[in-house]
Amino acid sequence: MALRTCTLLAMAVGASALAAAPAMAQTAPGVTDTEIKIGNINPYSGPASAYGVIGKTIGAYFAKINAEGGVNGRKINYISYDDGYSPPKAVEQARKLVESDEVAIVFQPLGTPSNSAIQKYMNSKQVPQLFVATGATKWNDPKNFPWTMGWQPNYQTEGKIYGKYIADNLPNGKVGVIFQNDDYGKDLLKGLKDGLGAKAASMIIAEVPYEVSVPTIDSQIVQLKGSGADILVTIATPKFAAQVIRKVAELGWKPTHFLNNVAISVGAVIKPAGPENAKDILSTAYLKDATDPADKESPAFKEWEAFMDKYYPDGNKLDGSTVFGYAAAQTMVQVLKQAGKDLSRANIMKEAANLKNFEIGVLVDGIKVNTSPSDFAPIEQLQMQKFDGERWHRFGPVMSGESS
Amino acid sequence: MELFLQQVLSGVANGAIYASVALAIVMIYQAIHHLNFAQGEMAMFSTFIAWQLMQWGMPFWAALPVTVALSFAGGVAIERIVMKPIEHAPVLTHVVVFIALFTILNSAAGFIWDFTIKPFPTPFGTAPVLGNGLLSAHQAGMIAVVLVMLVLLYLFFRYTNTGLAMRAAAANPASARLVGIRVGWTTALGWGMASAIGSVAGMLIAPVVFLEPNMMLTILLYGFAGAVLGGLTSPAGAVLGGFIVGVVENLAGTYIPVVGPELKLPIALVLIVAVLVVKPSGLLGRRTVQRV
Repeated sequence: MALRTCTLLAMAVGASALAAAPAMAQTAPGVTDTEIKIGNINPYSGPASAYGVIGKTIGAYFAKINAEGGVNGRKINYISYDDGYSPPKAVEQARKLVESDEVAIVFQPLGTPSNSAIQKYMNSKQVPQLFVATGATKWNDPKNFPWTMGWQPNYQTEGKIYGKYIADNLPNGKVGVIFQNDDYGKDLLKGLKDGLGAKAASMIIAEVPYEVSVPTIDSQIVQLKGSGADILVTIATPKFAAQVIRKVAELGWKPTHFLNNVAISVGAVIKPAGPENAKDILSTAYLKDATDPADKESPAFKEWEAFMDKYYPDGNKLDGSTVFGYAAAQTMVQVLKQAGKDLSRANIMKEAANLKNFEIGVLVDGIKVNTSPSDFAPIEQLQMQKFDGERWHRFGPVMSGESS
Repeated sequence: MELFLQQVLSGVANGAIYASVALAIVMIYQAIHHLNFAQGEMAMFSTFIAWQLMQWGMPFWAALPVTVALSFAGGVAIERIVMKPIEHAPVLTHVVVFIALFTILNSAAGFIWDFTIKPFPTPFGTAPVLGNGLLSAHQAGMIAVVLVMLVLLYLFFRYTNTGLAMRAAAANPASARLVGIRVGWTTALGWGMASAIGSVAGMLIAPVVFLEPNMMLTILLYGFAGAVLGGLTSPAGAVLGGFIVGVVENLAGTYIPVVGPELKLPIALVLIVAVLVVKPSGLLGRRTVQRV
């Protein structure tokens, strides 16, 4: 009986959807002849509020696009809400965006916990959750979540590149790893092992996890030094990374040190840890760097500077998040351009999965944005870089960590 | 063997962190017979004040006494404004107020100074003291300061009139009042002193873990473990307890394969439970006997 009611209900819903279809044919949800509504969720308050700069930069970039006439004649109506980096709040804001504001898509919602919380909802509502601002690998899962797509290089990609670099350049090394004991840490560690390939088991001689609840990681570093490792891979968030850098120096230990790129901010990590302690640390980059003289002179960066001066004069140009938001917003505009007249949610998603060698000026030269219906990981290349005691220097070729 | 020694020393260094917090916990417990959950956040806030003073150009040794004085005044103010009116309210009310203080101080610090980590200077330097960096000058200094604080507290409670009055007021408020001790003010004094000790603890800890609003979150838990292990009524016990927790945590994390670094925090909690079950007064605490 219950089953039959359900079926009847489904039929009724189907019928009403059909009835509504002719009216919808002209205009997709969130889209009129003159505008498209794009939603966003960012932490403007709370512990991760520093990332709120990304949401503001995106807004500034869309204001620029609008001032220049919009995309295909449509202005972007950008609605960005605060979730304070809290998953339940993110769910609330996602519902508000989809059901009350009726946005066409939700673009660059920030944070792995928040995106995890809204992923099922967005997919069941079939609203694009596009170019999420998190490095987790799970956003590249078009089979199960066809309405969710990542943007930045994911943690596995990054780990894989460290693994490849070590296998090629330090084949006789003994690797010690300290990693945060959660999905992010394990994701990156898996990438590292994949990158090392068959050698992983013999080369990694110590893996030491730490919990985010510990006051210090001193004991772990002592243990890693004791293991005899001469390569240290640090998979840690900023505070713990700063502790690692300092403790390694305090112990007088001199391993070849790889540091994951969530923790390479000169202002937030290296300076507190002591720049002299961070000399020769290796990491990766995919965005150009405002402190690099060569990057600063590139035409793309000049453009970005002009944009910052005009549309986001309060923004801090040394904060990498402004470059990040600028690049992400460009990807979004590219998708809208490709989608042309048909701004239905399905078509936007289709075009998002159809980016071919798209280049963004502020990305490291040689990195191209590529997606396909089976590849929802837009940026999968990184370049190695080294800290010289003052700033990061990129070196070597652009490396791909693409999952085969 | 070298690894063992390193882990012990690193444990002693961490133990000094827990011991300094445990001292503040014992102090407040002496005064009000409750554990103050906001103790860690009060210490964190004091440390931010010290940091701010130094940002304004004050040298460390000037910022230290100013911060301690401000923290003392702040502790007294909290007691007078927030705790005094609910003096006779049930324990649960107190717990709720502690949690409220915790949240307010944490968010306020985040709002004023934001959540990025800040380096905090150490007056002792970072040069290695023992062997190849087994113990840094700061860690050695931290251990020394904790022991000095302990001696001062001991002398205070044992030989000063105020100290004796505080003990009397805590042990038997009614009789204390009858012999002319202003019990209300000794409670306020207890809050002030706990807050002042906390500020010193914060300034010792911040150079190790970096200054940020959440820095005391789990340290407070280890501090509780240390205080309970050593005995909530005994400052010396609290310090000893803090060191034991630090060393046990490191050794268990390194040598017991099942434990590993993942289970270091639960060790602190297991210690609390075990002590409460086996010897509720702690290693050095006095048994409280109550006449019925």
